Amino acid sequence: MASNEEILAGLAEIVNEETGLDVADVQLDKSFTEDLDIDSISMMTIVVNAEEKFDVKIPDEEVKNLKTVGDAVNFIANA
Amino acid sequence: MARKVVITGLGATTPIGGDVPTLWENALKGVSGAATLTDSWVEEFSLPVTFAARASTPASETLSRVEMKRMDPSTQFAVVAAREAWKDSGIEEVDRDKLAVAFATGIGGVWTLLDAWDTLKEKGPRRVLPMTVPMLMPNGPAAAVSLDLGAAGGAHTPVSACASGTEAMHVGLDLIRSGKADVVMVGGAEAAIHPMPIAAFASMQALSKRNDDPARASRPYDVDRDGFVMGEGAGALVLEAEEHALARGARIYAELAGSSVTADAYHITAPDPEGLGATRALKAAMFDGRIQPEDVVHVNAHATSTPVGDKPEYTALRAALGDALDDVWVSATKSQMGHLLGASGAVESVLSTLAVYHRKTPVTINLDNQDPEIPLKVVTGQPAELREGSIVALNNSFGFGGHNAVVAIRSV
Repeated sequence: MASNEEILAGLAEIVNEETGLDVADVQLDKSFTEDLDIDSISMMTIVVNAEEKFDVKIPDEEVKNLKTVGDAVNFIANA
Repeated sequence: MARKVVITGLGATTPIGGDVPTLWENALKGVSGAATLTDSWVEEFSLPVTFAARASTPASETLSRVEMKRMDPSTQFAVVAAREAWKDSGIEEVDRDKLAVAFATGIGGVWTLLDAWDTLKEKGPRRVLPMTVPMLMPNGPAAAVSLDLGAAGGAHTPVSACASGTEAMHVGLDLIRSGKADVVMVGGAEAAIHPMPIAAFASMQALSKRNDDPARASRPYDVDRDGFVMGEGAGALVLEAEEHALARGARIYAELAGSSVTADAYHITAPDPEGLGATRALKAAMFDGRIQPEDVVHVNAHATSTPVGDKPEYTALRAALGDALDDVWVSATKSQMGHLLGASGAVESVLSTLAVYHRKTPVTINLDNQDPEIPLKVVTGQPAELREGSIVALNNSFGFGGHNAVVAIRSV
Protein backbone atom coordinates (compact mmCIF):
# COMPACT_ATOMS: atom_id res chain seq x y z
CA MET A 1 0.00 0.00 0.00
CA ALA A 2 1.25 3.43 -0.97
CA SER A 3 2.04 5.96 1.77
CA ASN A 4 -0.07 9.11 2.14
CA GLU A 5 2.79 11.12 0.64
CA GLU A 6 2.88 8.84 -2.39
CA ILE A 7 -0.90 9.04 -2.79
CA LEU A 8 -0.79 12.84 -2.58
CA ALA A 9 1.98 12.98 -5.19
CA GLY A 10 0.08 10.60 -7.49
CA LEU A 11 -3.16 12.53 -7.05
CA ALA A 12 -1.38 15.81 -7.76
CA GLU A 13 -0.10 14.36 -11.04
CA ILE A 14 -3.61 13.31 -12.02
CA VAL A 15 -5.01 16.75 -11.14
CA ASN A 16 -2.22 18.41 -13.11
CA GLU A 17 -2.86 16.20 -16.11
CA GLU A 18 -6.59 17.00 -16.07
CA THR A 19 -6.58 20.70 -15.17
CA GLY A 20 -3.07 22.02 -15.77
CA LEU A 21 -2.82 23.11 -12.10
CA ASP A 22 0.70 23.07 -10.69
CA VAL A 23 1.34 19.89 -8.65
CA ALA A 24 2.58 22.09 -5.81
CA ASP A 25 -0.89 23.65 -5.53
CA VAL A 26 -2.47 20.29 -4.79
CA GLN A 27 -2.21 20.28 -0.97
CA LEU A 28 -4.09 18.21 1.61
CA ASP A 29 -6.16 21.14 2.91
CA LYS A 30 -7.26 22.34 -0.55
CA SER A 31 -10.92 22.01 -1.52
CA PHE A 32 -11.41 20.56 -4.99
CA THR A 33 -14.23 22.95 -5.86
CA GLU A 34 -13.46 26.07 -3.80
CA ASP A 35 -9.67 26.23 -4.01
CA LEU A 36 -8.80 24.27 -7.13
CA ASP A 37 -11.89 25.27 -9.19
CA ILE A 38 -12.44 21.70 -10.35
CA ASP A 39 -15.85 21.11 -11.97
CA SER A 40 -17.88 17.91 -11.65
CA ILE A 41 -16.73 16.50 -14.99
CA SER A 42 -13.08 16.99 -14.09
CA MET A 43 -13.71 15.57 -10.62
CA MET A 44 -15.16 12.39 -12.09
CA THR A 45 -12.24 12.15 -14.51
CA ILE A 46 -9.82 12.50 -11.59
CA VAL A 47 -11.73 9.83 -9.65
CA VAL A 48 -11.67 7.37 -12.54
CA ASN A 49 -7.97 7.97 -13.15
CA ALA A 50 -7.22 7.60 -9.42
CA GLU A 51 -9.09 4.29 -9.32
CA GLU A 52 -6.84 2.97 -12.07
CA LYS A 53 -3.63 4.42 -10.65
CA PHE A 54 -4.16 3.18 -7.09
CA ASP A 55 -6.18 0.09 -7.97
CA VAL A 56 -9.07 1.06 -5.68
CA LYS A 57 -12.83 1.53 -6.08
CA ILE A 58 -14.31 4.93 -5.28
CA PRO A 59 -18.11 4.54 -5.36
CA ASP A 60 -20.03 7.37 -7.08
CA GLU A 61 -21.95 8.14 -3.86
CA GLU A 62 -18.62 8.55 -2.04
CA VAL A 63 -17.31 11.22 -4.43
CA LYS A 64 -19.44 14.02 -2.90
CA ASN A 65 -17.75 13.35 0.45
CA LEU A 66 -14.29 13.95 -1.00
CA LYS A 67 -14.31 17.70 -0.43
CA THR A 68 -10.60 18.22 0.05
CA VAL A 69 -7.52 16.64 -1.39
CA GLY A 70 -6.90 15.25 2.11
CA ASP A 71 -10.32 13.52 2.06
CA ALA A 72 -9.36 11.81 -1.17
CA VAL A 73 -5.94 10.78 0.11
CA ASN A 74 -7.47 9.29 3.28
CA PHE A 75 -10.15 7.46 1.33
CA ILE A 76 -7.61 5.93 -1.05
CA ALA A 77 -5.24 5.03 1.81
CA ASN A 78 -8.01 3.17 3.65
CA ALA A 79 -9.74 1.63 0.64
CA MET B 1 -33.33 46.15 -47.85
CA ALA B 2 -31.45 43.32 -46.17
CA ARG B 3 -28.32 44.18 -44.23
CA LYS B 4 -25.09 43.81 -46.17
CA VAL B 5 -22.73 41.21 -44.72
CA VAL B 6 -18.96 41.48 -45.02
CA ILE B 7 -16.02 39.21 -44.25
CA THR B 8 -13.54 40.77 -41.83
CA GLY B 9 -11.50 37.89 -40.40
CA LEU B 10 -9.97 34.69 -41.74
CA GLY B 11 -8.46 31.62 -40.07
CA ALA B 12 -7.37 28.19 -41.21
CA THR B 13 -5.39 25.14 -40.34
CA THR B 14 -4.92 22.82 -43.30
CA PRO B 15 -2.63 20.24 -44.89
CA ILE B 16 -0.85 23.02 -46.82
CA GLY B 17 -0.57 25.59 -44.06
CA GLY B 18 -1.28 25.94 -40.37
CA ASP B 19 -2.41 29.54 -40.74
CA VAL B 20 -3.92 31.73 -43.45
CA PRO B 21 -0.70 33.41 -44.69
CA THR B 22 0.99 30.01 -45.19
CA LEU B 23 -2.13 28.48 -46.75
CA TRP B 24 -2.45 31.36 -49.21
CA GLU B 25 1.23 31.32 -50.16
CA ASN B 26 1.09 27.58 -50.85
CA ALA B 27 -2.27 27.72 -52.62
CA LEU B 28 -0.77 30.19 -55.12
CA LYS B 29 2.39 28.13 -55.50
CA GLY B 30 0.71 24.75 -55.92
CA VAL B 31 1.89 22.17 -53.42
CA SER B 32 0.52 18.84 -52.24
CA GLY B 33 -0.32 18.15 -48.62
CA ALA B 34 -0.78 14.43 -49.18
CA ALA B 35 1.71 11.86 -47.89
CA THR B 36 1.98 8.23 -46.88
CA LEU B 37 0.53 7.61 -43.42
CA THR B 38 3.05 6.30 -40.91
CA ASP B 39 0.49 5.24 -38.30
CA SER B 40 0.70 1.63 -37.14
CA TRP B 41 -3.00 1.07 -37.88
CA VAL B 42 -2.42 1.34 -41.61
CA GLU B 43 -0.57 -1.97 -41.56
CA GLU B 44 -2.56 -3.40 -38.67
CA PHE B 45 -5.76 -3.29 -40.72
CA SER B 46 -4.12 -3.66 -44.15
CA LEU B 47 -5.99 -0.54 -45.27
CA PRO B 48 -6.56 -0.34 -49.01
CA VAL B 49 -5.58 3.35 -48.90
CA THR B 50 -2.30 4.17 -47.16
CA PHE B 51 -2.06 7.95 -47.51
CA ALA B 52 -3.91 11.14 -46.63
CA ALA B 53 -3.39 14.87 -46.26
CA ARG B 54 -2.74 15.58 -42.60
CA ALA B 55 -2.87 19.06 -41.10
CA SER B 56 0.58 20.55 -41.57
CA THR B 57 0.71 22.03 -38.05
CA PRO B 58 -0.40 20.11 -34.96
CA ALA B 59 -3.11 21.82 -32.91
CA SER B 60 -0.84 21.41 -29.87
CA GLU B 61 1.26 24.32 -31.18
CA THR B 62 -1.66 26.63 -30.36
CA LEU B 63 -3.60 24.85 -27.62
CA SER B 64 -2.53 23.98 -24.10
CA ARG B 65 -2.16 20.38 -22.94
CA VAL B 66 -5.39 20.59 -20.96
CA GLU B 67 -7.29 22.09 -23.91
CA MET B 68 -6.00 19.27 -26.12
CA LYS B 69 -7.21 16.65 -23.66
CA ARG B 70 -10.70 18.10 -23.39
CA MET B 71 -11.31 18.47 -27.12
CA ASP B 72 -11.77 15.98 -29.92
CA PRO B 73 -9.23 16.61 -32.72
CA SER B 74 -12.02 18.15 -34.87
CA THR B 75 -12.77 20.67 -32.12
CA GLN B 76 -9.07 21.37 -31.64
CA PHE B 77 -8.80 22.39 -35.32
CA ALA B 78 -11.97 24.49 -35.03
CA VAL B 79 -10.65 26.46 -32.07
CA VAL B 80 -7.25 27.00 -33.73
CA ALA B 81 -8.86 28.40 -36.90
CA ALA B 82 -11.46 30.45 -35.04
CA ARG B 83 -8.84 32.10 -32.83
CA GLU B 84 -6.83 33.11 -35.87
CA ALA B 85 -9.93 34.52 -37.60
CA TRP B 86 -10.98 36.41 -34.48
CA LYS B 87 -7.56 37.98 -34.03
CA ASP B 88 -7.45 38.79 -37.74
CA SER B 89 -10.79 40.61 -37.52
CA GLY B 90 -9.39 43.02 -34.93
CA ILE B 91 -12.70 43.03 -33.04
CA GLU B 92 -12.07 44.18 -29.50
CA GLU B 93 -15.53 44.82 -28.14
CA VAL B 94 -18.74 43.17 -29.18
CA ASP B 95 -22.23 42.65 -27.75
CA ARG B 96 -21.94 38.98 -26.81
CA ASP B 97 -25.67 38.47 -27.28
CA LYS B 98 -25.27 39.58 -30.90
CA LEU B 99 -22.22 37.40 -31.50
CA ALA B 100 -23.17 33.97 -32.85
CA VAL B 101 -21.38 30.87 -34.10
CA ALA B 102 -22.16 28.59 -37.05
CA PHE B 103 -19.45 25.94 -37.05
CA ALA B 104 -19.91 22.82 -39.10
CA THR B 105 -18.51 19.35 -39.21
CA GLY B 106 -19.18 16.47 -41.54
CA ILE B 107 -18.47 13.54 -39.25
CA GLY B 108 -17.88 15.00 -35.79
CA GLY B 109 -15.92 13.44 -32.95
CA VAL B 110 -15.10 10.15 -34.59
CA TRP B 111 -11.76 9.73 -32.80
CA THR B 112 -13.37 10.26 -29.40
CA LEU B 113 -16.29 7.96 -30.18
CA LEU B 114 -14.16 5.07 -31.35
CA ASP B 115 -11.49 5.50 -28.67
CA ALA B 116 -14.22 5.36 -26.03
CA TRP B 117 -15.64 2.22 -27.66
CA ASP B 118 -12.19 0.60 -27.51
CA THR B 119 -11.86 1.61 -23.85
CA LEU B 120 -15.28 0.18 -23.04
CA LYS B 121 -14.35 -3.14 -24.63
CA GLU B 122 -10.89 -3.33 -23.10
CA LYS B 123 -11.37 -1.80 -19.64
CA GLY B 124 -15.11 -1.64 -18.97
CA PRO B 125 -17.62 1.19 -18.47
CA ARG B 126 -15.90 2.83 -15.49
CA ARG B 127 -12.95 3.86 -17.68
CA VAL B 128 -15.16 5.63 -20.26
CA LEU B 129 -14.33 9.17 -19.17
CA PRO B 130 -17.00 11.80 -18.42
CA MET B 131 -15.73 14.14 -21.14
CA THR B 132 -16.59 11.53 -23.78
CA VAL B 133 -20.05 12.91 -24.60
CA PRO B 134 -19.11 16.60 -24.94
CA MET B 135 -16.10 15.56 -27.01
CA LEU B 136 -17.91 13.30 -29.46
CA MET B 137 -21.04 15.38 -30.04
CA PRO B 138 -21.14 16.97 -33.52
CA ASN B 139 -21.87 20.38 -32.01
CA GLY B 140 -18.57 20.10 -30.10
CA PRO B 141 -16.67 22.47 -32.42
CA ALA B 142 -19.46 25.09 -32.42
CA ALA B 143 -19.82 24.84 -28.65
CA ALA B 144 -16.09 25.15 -28.02
CA VAL B 145 -15.79 28.15 -30.32
CA SER B 146 -18.79 29.79 -28.62
CA LEU B 147 -17.19 29.24 -25.21
CA ASP B 148 -13.81 30.49 -26.41
CA LEU B 149 -15.25 33.74 -27.83
CA GLY B 150 -18.00 34.25 -25.28
CA ALA B 151 -20.48 34.13 -28.16
CA ALA B 152 -23.91 34.02 -26.54
CA GLY B 153 -26.04 34.74 -29.60
CA GLY B 154 -26.52 31.07 -30.46
CA ALA B 155 -24.15 28.36 -31.65
CA HIS B 156 -25.29 26.41 -34.71
CA THR B 157 -23.92 23.23 -36.27
CA PRO B 158 -24.95 22.74 -39.88
CA VAL B 159 -24.32 19.12 -40.83
CA SER B 160 -24.59 18.24 -44.50
CA ALA B 161 -21.58 15.98 -45.11
CA CYS B 162 -19.09 17.69 -47.42
CA ALA B 163 -21.36 20.70 -47.92
CA SER B 164 -21.36 21.50 -44.19
CA GLY B 165 -18.69 24.21 -44.18
CA THR B 166 -20.37 26.17 -46.96
CA GLU B 167 -23.77 25.69 -45.34
CA ALA B 168 -22.30 27.34 -42.23
CA MET B 169 -21.63 30.45 -44.35
CA HIS B 170 -25.26 30.33 -45.48
CA VAL B 171 -26.48 30.11 -41.88
CA GLY B 172 -24.21 32.96 -40.79
CA LEU B 173 -25.44 35.18 -43.61
CA ASP B 174 -29.05 34.59 -42.57
CA LEU B 175 -28.31 35.29 -38.91
CA ILE B 176 -26.90 38.72 -39.72
CA ARG B 177 -29.42 39.66 -42.41
CA SER B 178 -32.30 38.81 -40.10
CA GLY B 179 -30.84 40.97 -37.34
CA LYS B 180 -30.38 38.05 -34.95
CA ALA B 181 -26.63 38.68 -34.87
CA ASP B 182 -24.18 41.43 -35.79
CA VAL B 183 -21.13 39.19 -35.94
CA VAL B 184 -20.96 35.46 -36.66
CA MET B 185 -17.95 33.18 -36.47
CA VAL B 186 -18.60 30.65 -39.24
CA GLY B 187 -16.49 27.71 -40.21
CA GLY B 188 -16.05 24.00 -40.54
CA ALA B 189 -13.76 21.44 -38.95
CA GLU B 190 -12.90 17.83 -39.63
CA ALA B 191 -10.49 15.28 -38.21
CA ALA B 192 -11.45 11.92 -39.66
CA ILE B 193 -8.13 10.46 -40.75
CA HIS B 194 -8.88 7.36 -38.72
CA PRO B 195 -8.84 3.76 -40.00
CA MET B 196 -12.63 3.34 -39.80
CA PRO B 197 -13.64 6.29 -42.02
CA ILE B 198 -10.79 5.45 -44.39
CA ALA B 199 -12.09 1.87 -44.65
CA ALA B 200 -15.66 3.12 -45.10
CA PHE B 201 -14.88 5.72 -47.78
CA ALA B 202 -12.64 3.19 -49.54
CA SER B 203 -15.42 0.64 -49.41
CA MET B 204 -17.68 2.96 -51.39
CA GLN B 205 -14.86 3.45 -53.93
CA ALA B 206 -14.69 7.16 -53.12
CA LEU B 207 -10.96 7.32 -52.31
CA SER B 208 -7.99 7.41 -54.66
CA LYS B 209 -5.90 4.26 -54.37
CA ARG B 210 -2.79 5.84 -55.82
CA ASN B 211 -0.79 4.60 -52.82
CA ASP B 212 2.55 4.75 -54.64
CA ASP B 213 2.23 8.46 -55.44
CA PRO B 214 0.19 10.36 -52.80
CA ALA B 215 1.17 13.83 -54.00
CA ARG B 216 -0.31 13.14 -57.43
CA ALA B 217 -3.40 11.26 -56.25
CA SER B 218 -5.81 14.18 -55.97
CA ARG B 219 -6.28 15.21 -59.61
CA PRO B 220 -9.66 16.88 -60.21
CA TYR B 221 -10.72 17.05 -63.89
CA ASP B 222 -7.84 14.82 -64.99
CA VAL B 223 -8.79 11.82 -67.12
CA ASP B 224 -6.90 9.57 -64.68
CA ARG B 225 -8.65 10.77 -61.50
CA ASP B 226 -9.66 7.81 -59.33
CA GLY B 227 -11.12 9.29 -56.14
CA PHE B 228 -10.56 11.87 -53.45
CA VAL B 229 -7.80 12.13 -50.86
CA MET B 230 -8.79 12.43 -47.19
CA GLY B 231 -7.74 15.74 -45.65
CA GLU B 232 -8.23 17.32 -42.24
CA GLY B 233 -8.26 20.74 -40.63
CA ALA B 234 -10.55 23.72 -40.27
CA GLY B 235 -11.44 27.04 -41.81
CA ALA B 236 -13.08 30.00 -40.09
CA LEU B 237 -14.44 33.35 -41.23
CA VAL B 238 -15.73 36.33 -39.29
CA LEU B 239 -18.95 37.57 -40.90
CA GLU B 240 -20.06 41.00 -39.83
CA ALA B 241 -22.90 43.38 -40.58
CA GLU B 242 -21.42 46.02 -42.86
CA GLU B 243 -22.45 48.93 -40.62
CA HIS B 244 -20.87 47.18 -37.64
CA ALA B 245 -17.60 46.73 -39.53
CA LEU B 246 -17.60 50.32 -40.85
CA ALA B 247 -18.30 51.74 -37.41
CA ARG B 248 -15.11 50.23 -36.05
CA GLY B 249 -13.04 51.00 -39.15
CA ALA B 250 -12.45 47.33 -39.91
CA ARG B 251 -10.42 45.96 -42.79
CA ILE B 252 -13.05 44.42 -45.07
CA TYR B 253 -11.90 41.56 -47.29
CA ALA B 254 -15.08 41.13 -49.29
CA GLU B 255 -18.86 40.99 -49.16
CA LEU B 256 -20.67 37.71 -48.63
CA ALA B 257 -23.19 38.66 -51.27
CA GLY B 258 -25.38 35.59 -51.57
CA SER B 259 -25.85 31.97 -50.64
CA SER B 260 -28.12 29.04 -51.26
CA VAL B 261 -28.67 25.49 -50.11
CA THR B 262 -30.63 22.91 -52.12
CA ALA B 263 -31.11 19.16 -52.07
CA ASP B 264 -30.94 16.85 -55.08
CA ALA B 265 -33.59 14.44 -53.77
CA TYR B 266 -32.11 12.06 -56.31
CA HIS B 267 -29.81 9.49 -54.64
CA ILE B 268 -28.23 9.11 -51.22
CA THR B 269 -24.65 9.38 -52.55
CA ALA B 270 -24.58 9.74 -56.35
CA PRO B 271 -24.84 13.29 -57.66
CA ASP B 272 -27.70 14.00 -60.02
CA PRO B 273 -25.98 13.37 -63.40
CA GLU B 274 -27.68 16.48 -64.82
CA GLY B 275 -26.51 18.53 -61.83
CA LEU B 276 -30.04 19.90 -61.41
CA GLY B 277 -29.79 20.46 -57.64
CA ALA B 278 -26.41 22.13 -58.02
CA THR B 279 -27.74 24.31 -60.84
CA ARG B 280 -30.62 25.46 -58.66
CA ALA B 281 -28.21 26.22 -55.84
CA LEU B 282 -25.94 28.26 -58.13
CA LYS B 283 -28.82 30.20 -59.64
CA ALA B 284 -30.41 30.85 -56.25
CA ALA B 285 -27.14 32.08 -54.72
CA MET B 286 -26.65 34.43 -57.68
CA PHE B 287 -30.25 35.66 -57.45
CA ASP B 288 -29.79 36.14 -53.70
CA GLY B 289 -26.74 38.33 -54.32
CA ARG B 290 -28.19 40.10 -57.40
CA ILE B 291 -25.35 38.67 -59.45
CA GLN B 292 -25.26 38.38 -63.24
CA PRO B 293 -23.21 35.62 -64.92
CA GLU B 294 -20.83 38.28 -66.30
CA ASP B 295 -19.99 39.41 -62.74
CA VAL B 296 -18.50 35.99 -61.93
CA VAL B 297 -14.77 35.74 -62.59
CA HIS B 298 -13.72 32.84 -60.38
CA VAL B 299 -15.12 29.57 -59.05
CA ASN B 300 -13.60 27.50 -56.29
CA ALA B 301 -15.11 24.23 -57.45
CA HIS B 302 -16.13 21.33 -55.27
CA ALA B 303 -14.08 19.10 -57.64
CA THR B 304 -13.08 16.24 -55.37
CA SER B 305 -11.31 14.17 -58.05
CA THR B 306 -13.86 11.35 -58.15
CA PRO B 307 -14.69 9.89 -61.55
CA VAL B 308 -18.44 10.53 -61.14
CA GLY B 309 -18.49 13.80 -59.20
CA ASP B 310 -16.49 16.30 -61.23
CA LYS B 311 -18.59 16.30 -64.40
CA PRO B 312 -22.08 17.13 -63.05
CA GLU B 313 -20.57 20.21 -61.41
CA TYR B 314 -19.41 21.37 -64.84
CA THR B 315 -22.91 20.73 -66.21
CA ALA B 316 -24.38 22.81 -63.39
CA LEU B 317 -21.90 25.67 -63.86
CA ARG B 318 -22.67 25.76 -67.57
CA ALA B 319 -26.41 25.80 -66.91
CA ALA B 320 -26.09 28.59 -64.36
CA LEU B 321 -23.50 30.79 -66.09
CA GLY B 322 -24.05 30.00 -69.78
CA ASP B 323 -21.43 31.36 -72.18
CA ALA B 324 -20.04 33.55 -69.40
CA LEU B 325 -18.46 30.40 -67.95
CA ASP B 326 -15.86 30.48 -70.74
CA ASP B 327 -14.26 33.51 -69.08
CA VAL B 328 -14.35 32.18 -65.52
CA TRP B 329 -11.16 30.95 -63.86
CA VAL B 330 -11.85 27.71 -62.00
CA SER B 331 -9.61 26.43 -59.19
CA ALA B 332 -9.83 22.93 -57.76
CA THR B 333 -7.91 23.38 -54.55
CA LYS B 334 -8.62 19.85 -53.31
CA SER B 335 -5.84 18.91 -55.74
CA GLN B 336 -3.48 20.45 -53.18
CA MET B 337 -4.96 19.78 -49.76
CA GLY B 338 -7.23 16.83 -50.36
CA HIS B 339 -10.83 16.79 -49.24
CA LEU B 340 -11.41 18.28 -45.80
CA LEU B 341 -15.02 16.97 -45.83
CA GLY B 342 -17.09 19.16 -43.50
CA ALA B 343 -14.26 21.70 -43.29
CA SER B 344 -13.68 21.95 -47.04
CA GLY B 345 -16.35 24.57 -47.73
CA ALA B 346 -15.01 26.82 -45.00
CA VAL B 347 -11.37 26.56 -46.08
CA GLU B 348 -12.35 27.07 -49.72
CA SER B 349 -14.43 30.10 -48.73
CA VAL B 350 -11.30 31.51 -47.08
CA LEU B 351 -9.45 30.99 -50.37
CA SER B 352 -12.29 32.50 -52.42
CA THR B 353 -12.33 35.54 -50.14
CA LEU B 354 -8.60 36.02 -50.58
CA ALA B 355 -8.91 35.51 -54.34
CA VAL B 356 -11.41 38.37 -54.56
CA TYR B 357 -9.38 40.53 -52.16
CA HIS B 358 -6.01 40.02 -53.85
CA ARG B 359 -7.54 39.52 -57.34
CA LYS B 360 -5.52 36.40 -57.79
CA THR B 361 -6.56 32.73 -57.74
CA PRO B 362 -5.12 29.58 -56.23
CA VAL B 363 -3.82 27.02 -58.69
CA THR B 364 -4.88 23.47 -59.50
CA ILE B 365 -2.18 20.82 -59.51
CA ASN B 366 -1.95 17.39 -61.14
CA LEU B 367 -4.05 18.32 -64.15
CA ASP B 368 -1.98 16.54 -66.81
CA ASN B 369 -4.74 15.55 -69.21
CA GLN B 370 -7.95 17.49 -68.76
CA ASP B 371 -11.09 15.42 -69.21
CA PRO B 372 -12.47 16.58 -72.59
CA GLU B 373 -15.98 16.30 -71.18
CA ILE B 374 -15.14 19.01 -68.62
CA PRO B 375 -13.97 21.98 -70.74
CA LEU B 376 -13.51 24.44 -67.88
CA LYS B 377 -10.89 27.21 -67.85
CA VAL B 378 -8.86 25.68 -65.03
CA VAL B 379 -6.09 27.63 -63.30
CA THR B 380 -2.89 25.60 -63.57
CA GLY B 381 0.78 26.51 -63.27
CA GLN B 382 0.53 30.20 -62.35
CA PRO B 383 -2.23 31.98 -60.41
CA ALA B 384 -4.73 33.75 -62.64
CA GLU B 385 -5.02 37.52 -62.30
CA LEU B 386 -8.59 38.72 -61.81
CA ARG B 387 -9.81 41.92 -63.45
CA GLU B 388 -10.45 45.30 -61.81
CA GLY B 389 -13.94 46.51 -60.93
CA SER B 390 -16.67 44.65 -59.09
CA ILE B 391 -16.02 40.91 -59.25
CA VAL B 392 -17.61 37.81 -57.78
CA ALA B 393 -16.21 34.42 -56.82
CA LEU B 394 -18.47 31.42 -56.28
CA ASN B 395 -17.67 28.57 -53.93
CA ASN B 396 -19.48 25.27 -54.47
CA SER B 397 -19.75 22.42 -51.99
CA PHE B 398 -21.74 19.23 -52.37
CA GLY B 399 -22.30 16.47 -49.84
CA PHE B 400 -23.44 12.88 -49.67
CA GLY B 401 -27.16 12.99 -49.15
CA GLY B 402 -27.62 15.25 -52.17
CA HIS B 403 -26.71 18.49 -50.35
CA ASN B 404 -25.69 21.46 -52.51
CA ALA B 405 -24.38 24.66 -50.96
CA VAL B 406 -23.12 27.72 -52.85
CA VAL B 407 -21.84 31.05 -51.62
CA ALA B 408 -21.09 34.15 -53.67
CA ILE B 409 -18.30 36.45 -52.52
CA ARG B 410 -18.07 39.94 -54.04
CA SER B 411 -15.23 42.45 -54.01
CA VAL B 412 -15.75 45.66 -52.06
